[in-house]
Amino acid sequence: MTSFQPPAEINWWKSPIGKDEILWIGIALVWCLIMFFMMPYWHIYGKQNLSNEAYQTTPKKYLASVEAMVEKYKVGEEGGIPIVKPPVGSDVYLAGRLWQWYPILELEKDQTYRLHLSSLDWNHGFSLQPVNINLQVLPGYDMVISLTPDQAGDFAIVCNEYCGVGHHTMLGKIIVREK
Amino acid sequence: MGQFRQCPDSGFFFDKSAERLMKAHAVTAVVALLIAGVLALGVILTRWQSVHLLPADTFYTVLTGHGINGLIFWVIFFEIAVLYFASSTLLRCRLAAPRWAWAGFGLMLTGAVMNNIAVLSGKSSVMMTSYVPMQAQPHFYLGLILFAVGALIGCFVFLGTLVIAKDEKTYEGSIPLVTFGALTATIIAIFTIASGAIVLIPTFLWSIGYVSHIDAAMYRVIWWAFGHSSQQINVAAHVSIWYLLIGILFGARPMSEKVSRFAFLLYILFLQLASAHHILADPGISSEWKIFNTSYAMYLAVLASLIHGLTVPGSMEIAQRSKGLTKGLFEWLRKAPWGNPVFSGFFISLVVFGFIGGITGVVMGTEQINLIIHNTIYVPAHFHATVVVGTSLTFMALTYLLIPVLFRRQTFLPKIAQWQPYVFGGGMITLILFQLGAGTLGVSRRHWDMGFTGAALSFDYPGTAYMMMAVSGVGGVLAAVGGAMFIVVAVGSLIFGKKLEPSAGFLQSFALAPLAPDVYNIEQPDVLKRAEKLPVEEHGSSGFHAPGTFVLAMILMACFVVYYFINWDYLSSVWPMG
Repeated sequence: MTSFQPPAEINWWKSPIGKDEILWIGIALVWCLIMFFMMPYWHIYGKQNLSNEAYQTTPKKYLASVEAMVEKYKVGEEGGIPIVKPPVGSDVYLAGRLWQWYPILELEKDQTYRLHLSSLDWNHGFSLQPVNINLQVLPGYDMVISLTPDQAGDFAIVCNEYCGVGHHTMLGKIIVREK
Repeated sequence: MGQFRQCPDSGFFFDKSAERLMKAHAVTAVVALLIAGVLALGVILTRWQSVHLLPADTFYTVLTGHGINGLIFWVIFFEIAVLYFASSTLLRCRLAAPRWAWAGFGLMLTGAVMNNIAVLSGKSSVMMTSYVPMQAQPHFYLGLILFAVGALIGCFVFLGTLVIAKDEKTYEGSIPLVTFGALTATIIAIFTIASGAIVLIPTFLWSIGYVSHIDAAMYRVIWWAFGHSSQQINVAAHVSIWYLLIGILFGARPMSEKVSRFAFLLYILFLQLASAHHILADPGISSEWKIFNTSYAMYLAVLASLIHGLTVPGSMEIAQRSKGLTKGLFEWLRKAPWGNPVFSGFFISLVVFGFIGGITGVVMGTEQINLIIHNTIYVPAHFHATVVVGTSLTFMALTYLLIPVLFRRQTFLPKIAQWQPYVFGGGMITLILFQLGAGTLGVSRRHWDMGFTGAALSFDYPGTAYMMMAVSGVGGVLAAVGGAMFIVVAVGSLIFGKKLEPSAGFLQSFALAPLAPDVYNIEQPDVLKRAEKLPVEEHGSSGFHAPGTFVLAMILMACFVVYYFINWDYLSSVWPMG
């Protein structure tokens, strides 16, 4: 009589399905397909996508790229962290490490940069606030994103992947200036 | 002396070794829940910024222990008990290899204790996920490995019992839907545990120095094949329990055996792709892979959940209507036993799982939308809707049923039990909704201080974010009270609850205590018969069997569509990137 007894029909897989179920399965399936095709659609027509560009690296190699950029384009310092103003369209290297985003970046509004992200030690989380873009940052992988800041102002990079007891002190900064 | 006893209230037959094992697993599960609950209070009172209870290192220790005890030990101990119930008890069959089952229990218990020692000593505060290259103590990983091996043995005991039942013809025809659902959970569990072994064994060897390097990206891909799939065991298990509970409470039968079983089959085929949900914002993994996997192959596993979302309440509606509750669309629901915690727990869990857990899960598992959600507190809010209200509250509801049926005790403080699902559910819903809000404002998960004390730079979240975390704190405290009410009723019933005759005794849950010999007076129960055929079907005026449920399902769909596109709109407002 119930859900915990064997089915009443010997060949239950041949019993007809009720109207409510058929209709619901139809509606649900259409919705599932819409949701599926939204993702490729956004890759073609949407402006916010994660690139598929990434390279294997080592913390040592990555730090060398960061330091080279810092040395070339340093324009100041805040809280002991160098502020770097790389040229528009260039490769910009940002490193996460215990417990700092290094260096501080100064970018121009509405210009596109090739932002590299990697970690020098553990997992970190790049959480750009208050814009709210969140990316995973792994040691050994250099992820490249073409980023176009479309607001001017000071933005914080919160670390949102747990990285030990000083995790909450790990803040970085991106300064976006009007042209 | 026979092998079985029959519960005079429910009619279920209990094999004596299966009964002992179920009791042992259920009791241990509740102990793990107690630990998880106490630690939960530490977590929520620290995230509530104006209380900010614990120092940073203790907070991360407590958070690690809360996650592992809640998400792994409590649910899996309970699930093994459910597997033994769905095989031995429902099929009226002796349990296969009870000694192996006890060995499995022993391994799970050893593993759980070992892991808890590593975590609570404060030297393995690596979160449940233990992402490399952050390292925990070796016995952190070893504990999890032993626990998984024990659970795997439990899975094979379940499968062995199905084989015996088939062989000894203890039932007619096909296995019942509930057992079919449990079988689904078991198959997913075996996949899950295999993934766990593939990732945790090398990590353990790395922690003792035999392996020099574990790749951070590879670890995340495989760990989540274990971590997310283990939550899919929960889904399959609690959906099976929903079917069981509507059968017991209302005498309901599935709207269609074919549809419900097909939906379970979709779980087996596609749920394990869920690893992708956690690595949508990771480097080195292609969009094609992310899109296919995060959508469980074009959302076919989501389709399965949507199907159960209709057929579970729909089956209940049909059963209620056949008893004459046919007025309007919702008389069947209005006149449901809302004062019975078995029902209220089940129904709250169903609604929250579908409306909040399901919708938020699909939204944040969309490849691009994940960019505005990844690692924010939106994520724990989502899985508290699925695992805490979905799975845990379902298990609590089932426990209220098991207290008289399995443990043969009267419920201790039944008034408290009656209120418990509402207090727990209400508290959790508050916590979930406000953490979803805070997550949308970018508040981070796994974070000790949203004020960033001691940082070289500074950032202020908006005041609304602080307010939302405070309200979620109030909800969390309320949920903790609800959790405590459950523990008081469950443990109190075992200790102070009046014994119901015939009783095998509470101490019998520990294998060494002697059995009550006169209780087991059945050598082998009668064969479990097929359900009776329905008389010629009656249709409502519209031709719908469950019109009320259909309306509820359409409301769910409307919420789903609106919320989904709101999030795309939000995504389109952030900085362009590609």
